[in-house]
Amino acid sequence: MFWEDVSGQGRMWAPWQDLERLQDELNRVFTGLREPSAPSFPAVNIWTNQEGAVVRAEVPGIDATKIDISVMGNAVTINGRRDAAELKQGETYHRRERVCGLFTRTVEVPFRVDPKKVSAEYKRGVLSIMLPRAEEEMPKKINVRAS
Amino acid sequence: MKTNLQTREATLPERAEGTRDRRIVAPRADIHENGDVITLWADMPGVDEAHVNITLDKDVLTIQGTSVEDELTNHAVSYREYAERDFRRSFSLSSEIDRTKISATVRDGVLKLVLPKSEPAKARRIEVKAG
Repeated sequence: MFWEDVSGQGRMWAPWQDLERLQDELNRVFTGLREPSAPSFPAVNIWTNQEGAVVRAEVPGIDATKIDISVMGNAVTINGRRDAAELKQGETYHRRERVCGLFTRTVEVPFRVDPKKVSAEYKRGVLSIMLPRAEEEMPKKINVRAS
Repeated sequence: MKTNLQTREATLPERAEGTRDRRIVAPRADIHENGDVITLWADMPGVDEAHVNITLDKDVLTIQGTSVEDELTNHAVSYREYAERDFRRSFSLSSEIDRTKISATVRDGVLKLVLPKSEPAKARRIEVKAG
């Protein structure tokens, strides 16, 4: 926008403001790398071994009791919400960059999970879900006999 | 002409690289103001109070955090969307912030900074008397 409304005085041409804004933007770009948006929220890491998997999700600043985790077959779904601070009268936001609202994320692990043995913990804004492998899918050791 | 935001992003004189092989990213932040206080929240998942560093150099407030992911024994990472990283971001404070009263807490991977305004900066109500 090249036109600025100046206190009801009609419109004034103010190109320098846009140039300054552009300069501010460029400064900001070159100051540091902004935390990139994850392809989906929350970002997850999956750790696995033969007995199970641990799904970790970065969900900073949420009420852990309101996280809903469900398991079906080999899929784990995390549901939750992140609330933004409610504004009272006379309060304003200068910046709002943090993700808020409802989120849902489903990830698959390479085996079926025993839903009864699933547990979870929330620490430093990271949710860890421990997913033990279903008993009947545990790998069986096959002995090779020399003939 | 400068914007009248009390908490502006500072322009660092140079982009310093860390010595360790970690990415340095600027955390996403919310800044919120009511009459007396400016509050800043920054998302730093994986960061606890022992790994956060806040410095104030002249007018430049720098927040820094190092995220830590606990190693799981006998597990291997089979899928990765995030990694340990350093969070760093600087803001320039306007003169109305009381430098001595800045406080910070870290909870559930969120850094919260409370920046109270100094007394004269608070809006004063001026009574108008009938003359």
